[in-house]
Amino acid sequence: MSETWDVVVLGAGIVGAACARACSLRGLRTAVVESGAIGGGATAAGMGHIVVMDDSEPQLALTRYSQQLWMALSDRLPPQAEFESCGTLWVAADEEEMQEVRRKQRVYASLGVATEILDSRALREAEPHLRPEMAGALLVSSDAVLYPPCAAAWLLEEAIHFGAKLYAPRTVVSASAGHVRLDGGTELTAEHIVVACGADSVRLIPELPLRKRKGHLVITDRYPGLVRHQLVELGYLKSAHSLTTDSVAFNAQPRRTGQILIGSSRQYGAEHTAVDHAILKAMLARAQLYLPALGACSAIRVWTGFRAATPDKLPLIGPWPADETLFLATGHEGLGITTSLGTGRLVADALSGAATEIPLEPYLPVRGPIEHSSSTHPAAGGLHA
Amino acid sequence: MPDPARSITLTVNGTMVRVQPGTTVAAAILIAGGYTRTSVSGEPRAPLCGMGICFECRASIGGKLHQRSCQILCTQGMDVRTP
Repeated sequence: MSETWDVVVLGAGIVGAACARACSLRGLRTAVVESGAIGGGATAAGMGHIVVMDDSEPQLALTRYSQQLWMALSDRLPPQAEFESCGTLWVAADEEEMQEVRRKQRVYASLGVATEILDSRALREAEPHLRPEMAGALLVSSDAVLYPPCAAAWLLEEAIHFGAKLYAPRTVVSASAGHVRLDGGTELTAEHIVVACGADSVRLIPELPLRKRKGHLVITDRYPGLVRHQLVELGYLKSAHSLTTDSVAFNAQPRRTGQILIGSSRQYGAEHTAVDHAILKAMLARAQLYLPALGACSAIRVWTGFRAATPDKLPLIGPWPADETLFLATGHEGLGITTSLGTGRLVADALSGAATEIPLEPYLPVRGPIEHSSSTHPAAGGLHA
Repeated sequence: MPDPARSITLTVNGTMVRVQPGTTVAAAILIAGGYTRTSVSGEPRAPLCGMGICFECRASIGGKLHQRSCQILCTQGMDVRTP
């Protein structure tokens, strides 16, 4: 006995949930399969930073497109999604980094993203607990934060409201040639199978160019007002998130509760979920360098998660050439929370034969090399989400 | 026996409290008639374990947030605040 669908989405993280919602809205008969909790993988481990990023032109296009979709949705998100338009402050430690602030402002302006340059004094007023010697910052007011697992659950609820069916908790045994086999023997037939399993997508398609990139996050007790914006260091020139080695960068986020989320770390080749104390120590030292007041705060929880990293830091969105029924929506590295909505729309447009609102080509699973922005941060690239 | 000559005064939410040396801040908060903290859902909380494990006794002491009041002894002039 086989059930027939237009689209079967594998994975109900925030990307899968967004794909299911967009496909259902488009009138496609959609099913979703999830083996664990909704938004329980990288979605729950991430920070929830909705951020426009400019590591490359395609990254800028997808993050901007997605950020606008989040803005349009923000009034309808439930309170537990904790959407806050707190903006991002890209903090420049010295004059060299202030030049990058100005470059970044020009790039963002080219896409109509309004930003404001803060000098040292203005930055102290905006964030009194930052180390006072900071040179300044770029304020991106349209960036926001949210609580990803609840946002994912809401996206999925919407999908179900529009007719999608959820299979959970069910494990996918195999997915190919338009057939998805679940544990317990259920067989689903689909015109399109959307693979949105994050780093675990390689379990179904071992050839995918994906690597697990481990991250650590810390959350503090409640210190209302200590941090007001999402703070990210611009110091990639010195503390770059290299593509090959372990790295940490300063990233702090105010939660609605007054708690502060502290990141970030990046590690390849660390496949266990345990906290790496050397990395944690380096990450917190980096954070204290920017926010000395953190030293007197209590951390209440530390956890890890795995980003699905691609070699060029762009997601894989599009048909998988080896099997025309497989359509990928994975490889979002540290930007999956932001780019989930854009990905959902691209997937729904492509599968229903509509024109996509931004070009899909840069994200196709088989693609040529891309150009990264000149004074490029290998790094800042998705510290978040 | 309480010795009035050796007593310490501190304030809990602005109210003067007089205690004997060796009194914990948690005890001073209870003497002042208050509770230590408010949960995320708005419920009052008071010390449960009394030995620094449960974190229910957190209060602002001398301007520092989230101090475990059961582990800190009162000092003269201390400023204690609970939400």
